[in-house]
Amino acid sequence: MADADILTLTDDNFEMSLGMEETPVLVDFWADWCGPCKGLAVVLEEIAEEQAGNIKIAKVNVDDAPSTTIQHEVLSLPTMIVFKHGEPVAKIPGAQGKDTILEILSEFM
Amino acid sequence: MADTPVREVVIIGSGPAGLTAAIYTARAGLEPLVLEGEPSSTSDQPGGQLMLTTEVENYPGFPEGVMGPELMMHFKAQAERFGAEVKTVKASKVDLSERPFKVWVGKDVDAEPTYLAKSVIVSTGAQSLMLGLDREVELIGHGLSTCATCDGFFFRDQEIAVVGGGDSALEEAMFLSRFASKIYLLVRRDELRASKIMQDRAMANEKIEIMWNTSLVEYVGDTKIEKVKIQNNVDESISDLDVTGVFIAIGHKPSTALFEGQLDMKDNGYLKTVPGRTATNIEGVFASGDVQDDYYRQAITAAGSGCQAALEAERWLEEQE
Repeated sequence: MADADILTLTDDNFEMSLGMEETPVLVDFWADWCGPCKGLAVVLEEIAEEQAGNIKIAKVNVDDAPSTTIQHEVLSLPTMIVFKHGEPVAKIPGAQGKDTILEILSEFM
Repeated sequence: MADTPVREVVIIGSGPAGLTAAIYTARAGLEPLVLEGEPSSTSDQPGGQLMLTTEVENYPGFPEGVMGPELMMHFKAQAERFGAEVKTVKASKVDLSERPFKVWVGKDVDAEPTYLAKSVIVSTGAQSLMLGLDREVELIGHGLSTCATCDGFFFRDQEIAVVGGGDSALEEAMFLSRFASKIYLLVRRDELRASKIMQDRAMANEKIEIMWNTSLVEYVGDTKIEKVKIQNNVDESISDLDVTGVFIAIGHKPSTALFEGQLDMKDNGYLKTVPGRTATNIEGVFASGDVQDDYYRQAITAAGSGCQAALEAERWLEEQE
């Protein structure tokens, strides 16, 4: 479905990929052993599709990106961090509903 | 509103109760709509409380155990296979005063209702209780957690505290002992509510230290938890405990805010049903699962009552024709 529009980031390409994006990027830190992450993934797919061009969604599997996860002080899964021009501008720990996420993103779009 | 079709049954909630009700009503050809809720990191979320667990050992049919989230994915797939429509939205308001019943989703509750239903099955479950201390909400995700399976990973080789003395507190402590170097289990009284098998396991775990008669009274730390203050409930002395993580597992409260003033509730907030049944005080509205169960609170009993609600709704709908 919208999978093609969602970036997959790891320790190797994290900074480079984010620096290149013109639109804000919402990065979803997740893991396959985290239940609430599954619910959030569905919502983020919808947002990626509906807001294509306004916002980019990226996913970081914390098992594949331990340094990035530590560097951004992620202590809870899922955690979403919004980046603009490669800089973190908002951190949202915990899964949230679509309206709440869009409200936070509207500040940066 | 004239364009809004009237559904046979709308199910609010998607834990074992809601999805079992969906399987049964879907197989009965009622094309149920399930409002599964929105993602959240408390237990009030799609899939219900099992989404926050790991291994479920007591659900029949899985001799080797099954992962909670995986079990709930199966429930959902089974409901969808028979035509249940599952939407990732949260009901924000209901009007059960006249039929068809009205259900709203989203923030605009003054708008026309989003859905109309001949019957409603309420299975909104329960959500984690918090301690109610200062800065609790802002510290969630910054050292404070209600989901060991989500967050335990981040406390590798650290000392942490688990608050609570029931089965879920002990399960969390056991799970966290895979990561943390030391777990202080803070128990308010001088005994545990947990089952014998869990008590035995916890006591045998070298990383778990039970602190009896102890309450957590304050979180310390600017941007994340650096330590906590605890109170000895016997002599009321306060001391510091150096932990970087705190997991709260002190129980649940039923998620009934939507139905206040409409559905009858017991003094403890759980929905009231006809004894042995799922019928509520409003004809055509049925309640199943933890939202009406203050005694068993198991996945299997929730699933059982979801089945009951579906059969009752089905028969009630037939009588209306």
